[in-house]
Amino acid sequence: MLADFSWCDTPFRMKAKIIITPKKAVLDPQGKTVQTALEHMGYTGVTGVHIGKYIEIDLAPGTDKAAAHAAINDAAHKLLSNPIIEDYKLEIE
Amino acid sequence: MNFSVLQFPASNCDQDAVHAVRLLGHSARLVWHKDASLGDTDCVIVPGGFSYGDYLRCGAIARFSPVMQAVKQFADNGGLVLGICNGFQVLTEAGLLPGALIRNRDLQFHCENIFLKTATPDSPFTSQIPAGKILRVPIAHGEGCYFADEETLAKLKANNQILWQYCDANGNLTDTANPNGALQNIAGICNEKRNVAGLMPHPERACEPLLGSDDGKWIFESIFAVLKNKTVAAAA
Repeated sequence: MLADFSWCDTPFRMKAKIIITPKKAVLDPQGKTVQTALEHMGYTGVTGVHIGKYIEIDLAPGTDKAAAHAAINDAAHKLLSNPIIEDYKLEIE
Repeated sequence: MNFSVLQFPASNCDQDAVHAVRLLGHSARLVWHKDASLGDTDCVIVPGGFSYGDYLRCGAIARFSPVMQAVKQFADNGGLVLGICNGFQVLTEAGLLPGALIRNRDLQFHCENIFLKTATPDSPFTSQIPAGKILRVPIAHGEGCYFADEETLAKLKANNQILWQYCDANGNLTDTANPNGALQNIAGICNEKRNVAGLMPHPERACEPLLGSDDGKWIFESIFAVLKNKTVAAAA
């Protein structure tokens, strides 16, 4: 019999973390504006700022990691990012 | 002619498109985003607005709606599809048009009248625009900066797929006349088959002098002319 862990689900939670960034060739006016602001504030050595998105997807406990990776990779390509203008990184924890 | 104007949650130029088509003497009806069929349709208009709240990316969610599957099929069969503003974004997200629309380069929402130069009369959306005529039509968008990679851009040019470009009152394609930073001042394009087009400006808001300009009607007149020829050809 499985132990009842419903009182504490934190250790068993799985998450997919997707970081989406604009492709290098794509104009990123937000990044440019923030870079300029950083320079005006006196932060030196900043050679680029790229602003993207961070998406976290909660997965049901016990989900197969490899299968989840394949499915979310597919979703990231079709919906979560636009491959014409964005790159993404996917991690499952 | 029967026009179908799609209606997504937060479309807001759907009624304007219906009004413009009816004003110009043709019939138009709204098609709800959950409808899986377009019915008897000669042309589909994907209207402006903020479909699904523009969540994630403009047009990203609308692309997966049941009605868009019907539009894809309609387009694959050669049907005429025009995407205006958010409709243009939906068509690029759906892969019916190449490239993407990103944030305006100055990060501002632009709501103003601009000038458009028609790059080619060779399309169902531009054939009736008088030669050399500069169109004065409004824009209203925050994410209208057209982007495509170099390869796609070269293909667009080689196939004459750029339909409209932002210009000044005299027709010059200057950088100051470009409201959003679009590559090559691109305001609107068509697909390789030339039956699907999209543009950021709003021709449907400029079809009667009362609204300050009726230049937008030339785009609709072009569509009517093609459909009329088709009907005549089918009857013959």
